[in-house]
Amino acid sequence: MTRLRRLFLMPVATLMFATVFVPLLIVAVYSILTRGAYGGVESPFTLENYSRLFDPLYGSIFLRSFWIAAIATALCLLLGFPLALFIARSGRRKNLYLSLVILPFWTSLLIRTYAWMFLLRDTGLINTVLQAIHVIREPLPMLYNEGAVILGLVYGFLPFTVLPLYATLERMDKTLLEAAADLGSTPWETTWRVTIPLCAPGIRAAAILVFVPCVGTYLTSDLLGGSKTILIGNLVQNQFTTARDWPFGAAASLVLMAVATLLLLAVGRRGEELV
Amino acid sequence: MKRLLAVYAVCAYAFLHIPLLILAGFSFNASKFTVWQGFSLDWYRAALADRDLIESAVNSLLIATVSTVLATIIGTLAAYALWKRSSRLFAGSMYLSLVTPEIVTGVSLLAFFQWVFRFMNLRLGLHTVILAHVSFSVAYVVVVIIARLRTFEPVLEEAALDLGATEFGAFRRVTLPYLAPAVAAAAMLAFTVSIDDYVITSLVAGVDSQTLPMVIYALARRGVNPMLNAVSTIVVVALGVIVLISERLRSA
Repeated sequence: MTRLRRLFLMPVATLMFATVFVPLLIVAVYSILTRGAYGGVESPFTLENYSRLFDPLYGSIFLRSFWIAAIATALCLLLGFPLALFIARSGRRKNLYLSLVILPFWTSLLIRTYAWMFLLRDTGLINTVLQAIHVIREPLPMLYNEGAVILGLVYGFLPFTVLPLYATLERMDKTLLEAAADLGSTPWETTWRVTIPLCAPGIRAAAILVFVPCVGTYLTSDLLGGSKTILIGNLVQNQFTTARDWPFGAAASLVLMAVATLLLLAVGRRGEELV
Repeated sequence: MKRLLAVYAVCAYAFLHIPLLILAGFSFNASKFTVWQGFSLDWYRAALADRDLIESAVNSLLIATVSTVLATIIGTLAAYALWKRSSRLFAGSMYLSLVTPEIVTGVSLLAFFQWVFRFMNLRLGLHTVILAHVSFSVAYVVVVIIARLRTFEPVLEEAALDLGATEFGAFRRVTLPYLAPAVAAAAMLAFTVSIDDYVITSLVAGVDSQTLPMVIYALARRGVNPMLNAVSTIVVVALGVIVLISERLRSA
């Protein structure tokens, strides 16, 4: 068996080595090199790229990214938990309700983000309607700000929260709920004092699974945040394209990667089974 | 409480689906502006006549097809091998590739390709995009196939071996047929993640390998355009059908 197994693992091992491991290694090396005169990389080795990340200008980008991701994650949990609870208790129709969450989960994030541009911009549907019924005279500036980015993230990642929360709720021992009810607890009390504490590990895992992509977002903040809401993802992209400062971009992406990995290690095995 | 949850669920589903329904609705609008002026298919005609859109859609389909075939084969073999005996190293690196922020995957692949090009006379193009897509979609395939293998009885394979099948024969004639629906489902998911990707693709694509999401992105950044609503509607409906079939196959 071991020979066949080794043969079967060969392609994936080659692929992972060449397209995951080596590229990350290159980025790690670039992050301690100096920017070249024409945008490439040059020796000598330096840690300056990392110390520049502490510059208030870039530090604020990091803080803003964490802050926005934290708010989006909190909102996702708050909105996602009741929905997961509803699906878990919906009996026969469960599969239909689940499909309605899975469908947007796999549909184009780009197009779903564009849908909000269509709704939020100055001549978008919401402003047009509000002006037509004379609620407002000037269009409300709803697009290109932090609020729009948070809305886009919640919209994009709500299904990410619902699915693991639903999986946790499904696994829960339901007799405990009956026990609580028998002992005189109201449904609200049971949810608050039995269901939620029992689901705490699942909630924690869901939070991290949403927080990580939110912190590293590029598309949502670029389309809905405009040029004013620069997040880590946009900083990295900019350094590798327009600014052509690869060493600095490499340092920023390694820090982002480190944050993501550390958080996900905290979910550990629990996260693996949720994927 | 049950009723309250149901009311809430209606609102939540409305939040998830109404923006897309509105987007699709306005793709049939006769006017260029966000004011309803009657039904029309003009924007669909405009989209189908747009050379950039068609060319990029052809690129996207080509990239998605090739990378799906490769990722499905590599991922299925890997899932089977890892099911035989798990490996923390492989499980870890799959997991890592699933959760690495897209932008980091994108720039690291870009840096990697540029580094390789120092030794080879190549440029960014369809091949680099395909390689990137195989790389990030393989983990999805592995996850789906392993889930199916968990319900497989290893005794069936042992029986085949006892009856004189080779190891590969047992895999090909006993295990693989059992996995067929999952393989199809995994391929469909790989296809959707490939055809949908913007962030990684835009970094590793060359001038001649613009994909549909790249053109959509450029149009979206320039502002709202009803033709884009039409394209979006086509993409969402097509992807939706694929995802629903894939879900069916997975739960079968």
